[in-house]
Amino acid sequence: MEEEMRRDRSVFLMGEEVAQYNGAYKVSQGMLDEFGPKRVIDTPIAELGFAAIGVGAAMNNTRPIIEFMTWNFAELAIDQIVNHAAKMVSMTGGHFNCPIVFRGPNGSAGQLAAQHSQAFENWYANVPGLKVISTINPYDAKGLLKAAIRDEDPVVFMESESHYGDQGEVPEEEYLIPIGKADVKREGTDVTIVSYNKMMKVAMGAADELQKENISAEVIDLRTIRPLDWQTIVASVQKTNRLVIVEEQWPFASISSEISYRVQKEAFDYLDAPIRRLCSADANMHYAPNLVAAYLPDVPRTVKMVKEVMYMVK
Amino acid sequence: MQNPFGKETYLRWYEMMLLLRRFEEKAGQLYGMQKIRGFCHLYIGQEAVAAGIMSATREDDNLITAYRDHGLAIMKGISAKECMAELYGKATGCTKGKGGSMHFFSKEKRFFGGHGIVGGQIGLGAGIAFAEQYNETDRATLCLFGDGAARQGLLHETFNMAVLWQLPVVFICENNYYAMGTSVERTSKVLDIYRLADAYDMPGDSIDGMSCEEVHKGIERAVRRAREGGGPTFLEIKTYRYRGHSMSDPAKYRTKEELEEYKEKDPITQVLKTITENNWATEEEINMINEKVKMEVEESVQFAEESPWPDDNELYKDIYMDQDYPFIVD
Repeated sequence: MEEEMRRDRSVFLMGEEVAQYNGAYKVSQGMLDEFGPKRVIDTPIAELGFAAIGVGAAMNNTRPIIEFMTWNFAELAIDQIVNHAAKMVSMTGGHFNCPIVFRGPNGSAGQLAAQHSQAFENWYANVPGLKVISTINPYDAKGLLKAAIRDEDPVVFMESESHYGDQGEVPEEEYLIPIGKADVKREGTDVTIVSYNKMMKVAMGAADELQKENISAEVIDLRTIRPLDWQTIVASVQKTNRLVIVEEQWPFASISSEISYRVQKEAFDYLDAPIRRLCSADANMHYAPNLVAAYLPDVPRTVKMVKEVMYMVK
Repeated sequence: MQNPFGKETYLRWYEMMLLLRRFEEKAGQLYGMQKIRGFCHLYIGQEAVAAGIMSATREDDNLITAYRDHGLAIMKGISAKECMAELYGKATGCTKGKGGSMHFFSKEKRFFGGHGIVGGQIGLGAGIAFAEQYNETDRATLCLFGDGAARQGLLHETFNMAVLWQLPVVFICENNYYAMGTSVERTSKVLDIYRLADAYDMPGDSIDGMSCEEVHKGIERAVRRAREGGGPTFLEIKTYRYRGHSMSDPAKYRTKEELEEYKEKDPITQVLKTITENNWATEEEINMINEKVKMEVEESVQFAEESPWPDDNELYKDIYMDQDYPFIVD
């Protein structure tokens, strides 16, 4: 964000606690000092209102970054994201566009119970006019966020509260990662595991475990949800012939549903087993730690599912 | 007493209001003939609001409104031809046959639409004004909505931030007394809608929307405040729509007498009366204006009739700015 704000003065950051508090999760630490209150703007708690002001400003020669303290709260602003930002180019016949980034943490973050633990990738990925990015990888996050800020279309950018503290190699120099490209984070030959956001930790952990048993898993990080880079998944399945999808998402009409349709259509003859998926439980998240664990996908269940598609266990 | 507006302004008002009236009458007629489909909300009766805004603002000021947008779009400078073609859904329409009645837009004329979600544009208007403040211009933004939208939560969030940040915006509630079929009295205990501004320490005022003069004066004050850094204003302009909410609404919720009462205050009649009383135009000159307006509307219909539909391949265009977006097609 800082690099893009130095590069382009039409970019500003607006949201709750982004300025004086330095960000609810310290994402915008130091930005008020560098850019001043004109470009780093604290708002009242009014998600619908400041999302609308962002969309209006994006119609008129600025490039807003609108931060939601969590995507749970953005539910109050979904009218502006879906009914307004996503429709801007279409309903205006191309007169106006909406170069805006809506960003913030998505998904669960420990024992936060039902209202603070939801993941919404599939909601926004259903909407033409939006692009949807979801990642926790520090290197990818920088390159994709820069691409999102420069994009002429509205971008939903989903992070993870429990992984803001993650450390990773992030070059100082400028680089962009194109929106709509998945990344093979680990090469393998026996099975393909597709995931995104913090479930990538589960996918990679499962791949480590499987390696101990000489099972070679290829792990793909979607990074962008919409548009979906299904070509990378299909190419991998053509090699491994097996697919397991791990996601923090309710199962009904989830990202895995879409991937499964696409892979059966494009690579039906390559599949040696049914496509399987491990989603969040089809339930609301509860508070107790054992119920949190039961709700989310984990390494042991992923390992077991991989073995099932390899017909090693029933 | 000397009239502060003068001949030029009255003649401009007369011609513009007559154009809006005749355009809408024709649109209503064509809707009945099924040439125009979808939803269609006519502006008939509310023309003085458009006229007063026209004379009290600069061409480069911004305007945004709801779905009852035909009149304000034409006032802002979109041609009757492009508007009629849009109602037909033709490729030559102001939004290329993609928006229809509710979504007229023109970036060049700084007409920001044409919005279909009741009250959604209240926040957008503040955002447009935010961008002007951010870019340090002296443009004012006029943000219009109906009495129904005044009951949306977004109004309150937006009013609060607009005052907090002193945004150069004029909020205008065109109170035509009916949110579709629900009268103002049935939506709130606060019947003086302009008083909602009090809660946010915003200047608010109530204006007679059947009078071009009163609309002009109110808008002029508010726009000056916006330009001079004095922040937002909320104007409740009391107007009246002669027709139903949309073409499918027979407006049975109000009496004939009520409608007739308003028609007696008709702004076009009033303005014509002032012109005649002051001898600012001969009968012949008025007839020439009438004839010119009639021709403009007829030409707009002919243009719409003769224009092509959008190509089928427009389906996937104008969804993204990104020209290579990989749509899912099967």
